[in-house]
Amino acid sequence: MAEQNKVILYGTWTRPYVKRVELALKVKGIPYEYVEEDLRNKSPMLLKLNPIHKKVPVLVHNGKAITESLVIIEYIDETWKTGPRLLPQDPYKRSQIRFWASYIQQVFEALVMVLKTIGEAQEKAIKEVSEKVKLLEAGLKGLFPDGIPSVDEYSKNVTLLDLVILANLGGYEAQEEVLGVKIIDSEKTPLIVSCITALIDLPAVKESRMPHEKVVAFLKFFRENALNSAAA
Amino acid sequence: MSQVTVLGAWPSPYVYRVIWALKLKGVDYDYVEEDVLHNKSDRLLKYNPVHKKVPVLVHAGKPIAESAVILEYIEETWPQNPLLPKDPHQRALARFWIKFGEDKSAALFGFFMTEGEQQEKATKEGQEQLRILEEQGLGEKKFFGGDEIGMADLEFGWLAWWLDVMSEIAGVKVIDAESFPRLHAWIQRFKDIPAIKEPLPDRSAMLTYFKGRRATFLALAKS
Repeated sequence: MAEQNKVILYGTWTRPYVKRVELALKVKGIPYEYVEEDLRNKSPMLLKLNPIHKKVPVLVHNGKAITESLVIIEYIDETWKTGPRLLPQDPYKRSQIRFWASYIQQVFEALVMVLKTIGEAQEKAIKEVSEKVKLLEAGLKGLFPDGIPSVDEYSKNVTLLDLVILANLGGYEAQEEVLGVKIIDSEKTPLIVSCITALIDLPAVKESRMPHEKVVAFLKFFRENALNSAAA
Repeated sequence: MSQVTVLGAWPSPYVYRVIWALKLKGVDYDYVEEDVLHNKSDRLLKYNPVHKKVPVLVHAGKPIAESAVILEYIEETWPQNPLLPKDPHQRALARFWIKFGEDKSAALFGFFMTEGEQQEKATKEGQEQLRILEEQGLGEKKFFGGDEIGMADLEFGWLAWWLDVMSEIAGVKVIDAESFPRLHAWIQRFKDIPAIKEPLPDRSAMLTYFKGRRATFLALAKS
């Protein structure tokens, strides 16, 4: 790969914020090099590229680092005109996609809270995330009154919001298995589910999808760790 | 009657980001004051059912909430006097600092919500973030946006007027000319811009209002 236009993504496979950027690169057909970071042992390169937050994802393009997943995705959309437009032309539609993409951070954090808690605290967390998920579903209904548009093999109709939903909420079945609670499912949240379903068949997405068992194992490990530190 | 309405609350720095952007671009708007603490209007709940907060921008009947989202909309709809650079990497940097401001707001406001030892700790934490802002966000530039003000300047606009009031009430000096010379100089430059200065809320009204807010926060913390 020539140095000009070289793209490197620093990430960690368990992080949905990294997944968002990966999906954007794949869906737009942008070749990139991937560097896996061990967050318990961050590389000097990562610390140099993201000295302020010391986090993944970091995208390096033409030697310059960009951080913050949504900022990176907007950068990708502005820089590469191949593949689908991840943000539509119309400013109002863009604002709605940005609004809901930003809201998903709150939904996700609420989901993580359910993973990290037990008993009464978990019940409270489940109630909170269910309310947020309901609002998200209603928001999607407003954006897509005729249902989620189909996605063809060229990824037509994929937006930044779809990628964020898939990255942050796509593991819902694994989460259900670990927790024994349905928070996202085709009855309660049909649009969220159809959005995820529409995307996971795309070749670009399929090839990088983590096997269900691996996600389950990771979520179990994450939960155990969180409960142990809470008890400590 | 203008095509553009801003739902706001006069003490809120988030609201001013939107007002400043509109004024800098010469966009006419109607302003509607919301009583967010005690009596949110049906209109607000209809236009921002998810967060029930201000600011909300309504343009030709369509509502947009979240100040960062609103600013991007304003920039795209009224491109005159641009608030973002053209170059994608520079844009990404501006957006990085806006997100920094959002993510660090708890740390930055902490000194105002605490007292005693907790306040000492919170003030130090806030100052650490301000140090990053001063050295890496602003650096040697005139404004966060470069030679002209940009979206990131609006994000940190609260430092230029609200911080001083809050510091006075909370009894801590967070920024001064000696410890944060660049931010201090930026504050003077920022406040001097007519579109920024003109809508600023009355300082004594702010003192009264924020004194009440601090009392509420401290009482809540004790309960």
